[in-house]
Amino acid sequence: MLSILTAIVVLGGLGFFLGRQRAIASAGGDARILHSLPVYYGTNVALLTVVPAVLVLGVWLIVQPMVIAGAAIDLIPEQGVTQAGSRDLVMSDVRRLADGINTGVERGAFTAAEAASLDTATTDIRAVLADVGVALGTDVEPAILAAAQRSRQMSDTASTWMQVIVLGLAVAGLTYAWLRTNKDLRARNTVERAILGLLITASTLAILTTVGIVLSMVWESANFFQLYRWQDFFFGLEWRPSFEGGSELGLIPLLWGTIYISLIALLVAVPIGLFAAIYMAEYASRRVRSVAKPLIEVLAGIPTIVYGLFALITVGPLLRDYFAAPLGLGTSSSSVMTAGIVMGIMLIPFVSSLSDDIINAVPQSLRDGSYGLGATQSETVKQVVLPAALPGIVGAILLAASRAIGETMIVVLGAGAAARLDLNPFEAMTTVTVKIVGQLTGDTDFSSPEALVAFALGLTLFAITLCLNIFALVIVRKYREQYE
Amino acid sequence: MSDVTQKAPKRSLFAPDARTQKRNRAEKRFQYYGMAAVGVGIFALIVLLTSILGSGLSSFRQTYISFPVDLLAERIDPEGNRNPAEMAAVTTFGYMPLLAMSFQAHLEAEGIEHEMGARELAAMLSDDAPAQIRDRVLANPDLVGTTIDVQILVGGRIDGFFKGRVTMASAERDRNVSPAQLVLAQVLADRGDVVTRFNWDFITAPDASGQRPEAAGLGVAIIGSFYMMLVVLALAPPIGVAASIYLEEFAAKNRFTDLIEVNISNLAAVPSIVFGILGLAVFINFMEFNQSSPLVGGLVLTLMTLPTIIITTRASLRAVPPSIRQAALGLGASRMQSVFHHVLPLAMPGILTGTIIGLAQALGETAPLLLIGMVAFVREYPDLMSTHSNSFPLMGDGATALPVQVYSWTQRADPAFVERASGAIIVLLVFLVVMNAIAILLRRRFERRW
Repeated sequence: MLSILTAIVVLGGLGFFLGRQRAIASAGGDARILHSLPVYYGTNVALLTVVPAVLVLGVWLIVQPMVIAGAAIDLIPEQGVTQAGSRDLVMSDVRRLADGINTGVERGAFTAAEAASLDTATTDIRAVLADVGVALGTDVEPAILAAAQRSRQMSDTASTWMQVIVLGLAVAGLTYAWLRTNKDLRARNTVERAILGLLITASTLAILTTVGIVLSMVWESANFFQLYRWQDFFFGLEWRPSFEGGSELGLIPLLWGTIYISLIALLVAVPIGLFAAIYMAEYASRRVRSVAKPLIEVLAGIPTIVYGLFALITVGPLLRDYFAAPLGLGTSSSSVMTAGIVMGIMLIPFVSSLSDDIINAVPQSLRDGSYGLGATQSETVKQVVLPAALPGIVGAILLAASRAIGETMIVVLGAGAAARLDLNPFEAMTTVTVKIVGQLTGDTDFSSPEALVAFALGLTLFAITLCLNIFALVIVRKYREQYE
Repeated sequence: MSDVTQKAPKRSLFAPDARTQKRNRAEKRFQYYGMAAVGVGIFALIVLLTSILGSGLSSFRQTYISFPVDLLAERIDPEGNRNPAEMAAVTTFGYMPLLAMSFQAHLEAEGIEHEMGARELAAMLSDDAPAQIRDRVLANPDLVGTTIDVQILVGGRIDGFFKGRVTMASAERDRNVSPAQLVLAQVLADRGDVVTRFNWDFITAPDASGQRPEAAGLGVAIIGSFYMMLVVLALAPPIGVAASIYLEEFAAKNRFTDLIEVNISNLAAVPSIVFGILGLAVFINFMEFNQSSPLVGGLVLTLMTLPTIIITTRASLRAVPPSIRQAALGLGASRMQSVFHHVLPLAMPGILTGTIIGLAQALGETAPLLLIGMVAFVREYPDLMSTHSNSFPLMGDGATALPVQVYSWTQRADPAFVERASGAIIVLLVFLVVMNAIAILLRRRFERRW
């Protein structure tokens, strides 16, 4: 793989010099006669050498495993497939065995010729491979071995062909571009068009990411809803996964925990953030502002795992010992309150810096008018500035809410894992994000509803935050236009 | 009006009336609320940092006990030919009694009184100590048969005793440590045999299992994070800058570019865990990359940091005045040349700042990495090249990352791991502070106001 890439790059570099040289030669050594600068002729050749070859290489690498898997699976009898569970499982066995044999050859367990004529009857392949440090899950069956041998053989041939074709393409591109190079070739225009193509490709990556997110989650969620009724998921009041089957996977308790914790977080963050923003924008002297604003924004730069640990080792025990236990409300150090307060601290800078911008964008003339009528500064803020800034502030709060709903590490470490519908804020509850982490960490079997439910949870989370974000962005954008 | 004029002579014009006083008090109160809010924010920051520092700083110091260890040849080199390959057959279990015997002999030789059995005495030493001695012997077979003076890790509870985490009272209730062990540890400390010193192993050593917190280190996690940052650094800035240049300099305003804009601003606000789900579904389940390899982690973090980089890069491109572009075009440059030769270099400081901030964000991210399987217990330093012949760099076996290491330590039962987790966070924060300081310096040094 790497050697082919290196070869292509070297050819590209060669192409660059050859192209440049030929262009200059065609102008008789006088670069001023050339249509473009010499660099562009070189780049033109290099691009035609590298780009088609790399594209073909990429497509080949994606297609090859699929073709080989299709051919290898034919060697395994139909009943063998149903026995092992599914096509995917059989194929992963085949692949592991093929990789294992290759590693065995590398580490000297057997020669390449021996490897090609392995037989399950005469050698205990599993034991031999275990000796060189390759662990196989089960003993090797003849059909699997045959499939593995076929796939090894095919991938050998395929990679030879791949090298020939890709390198051939690179050389062909080089020669073609080199032959076309002369002083009248509009090399700059070609190169610039290619660069523009690259720029456009890079910017479509944002769309591709979104499409990837949506597709992957919709696909797996669809699988989930084939195994589990959607009515039970969206309206179920119980969350009780069990890996023996018969799980109850209701969304409502998780959603309740998420909303409850986010609500407490917003109750902490909004007043503090808003008052801090007002103070910074309207009252603070330049010096106070230059110290306090960065300090508060440091809170936004601290990774969430740090807040999570803070909740776990400081806030949780504190709330339990001084509030929950004396009031008889619970003995758990992880609770809705713990996660909510810590998350609120995390959100203060989000609310404050966005609101600060928005308050600063309110035209000074509105304030001056208010002062002229005899209002004090606080009256001006309350009755003129805030109403004018209200839509923007609502937008900021919605963005903070979307952060709170999607936050993971604080709730994983601070909120607990018990799904329950309860009003007591000192009780441990759980959220959508905690359960996504819980269902997907460790060894998971992606055909069980217990693992697939995480994708449905992710889709729900994505849908909620998407709505909040778009709503907030529309509000903020409208508001900005109003005063610009 | 008339009663106002009647009252007026009684009071000075400068003395405010009751209503004004009330309004002024409201004004003052409002201002205090603002100050209080700022104060609460800063107070929260201080409490957060002191709590982490308070519980984590001690993990940079570790307690060691020094005594001479007899490396008996018949125990660790039964063949007697000093061949490391053959000596490797003796596992760490073979070294354990060696240490215990030497420790006991040392106490007898020095005439130190204690009333413990051999087993209880040996339990004072770390379970990891035999492995360390074994590594040392295998690296240098000449040591066999000699007596070496070494500093040996003590167990996590004894270490906790010197850091104030374990007390005589708590030892009474603890199965893992007895008051007699603590008494002896104190005696040895008074003699100077037990010392607490700076703990380089915490930064360089790999993780250790749940029973030996005293030996757990961050080395593997730091390397894993470093590799992932390499991937992010190689991918995110080029792609992000390319996308920003297109959107800011070339794109026409149409449906397609609008769609891109909406996507970018939305991706910036998508919860990070969703990127983890994407990575799991696309890179691991669909493209079948190795679980928890640094490449997959780096790719997920790249997708996550792209919006940040694009947004800051666009802002700094927009800050370059149009006159620069016009001047370049006027001198006959093409649009592409004006952008790459003039606009981009002028926007560079802003782009670099944005990149560093994006990297810092990626370095602290945990949730998406949990989903792509980085939680596994990893003791091997990840290789740049995988052992598989036909594969790509960083595609190899599992790695872990700094923030994920913090998470896994919080999930362990032994309370000593809380200290380790806080210590790991201090290391993480130091990296972040350095990165942000560089970003601020760059901005101060090179930023230009037009």
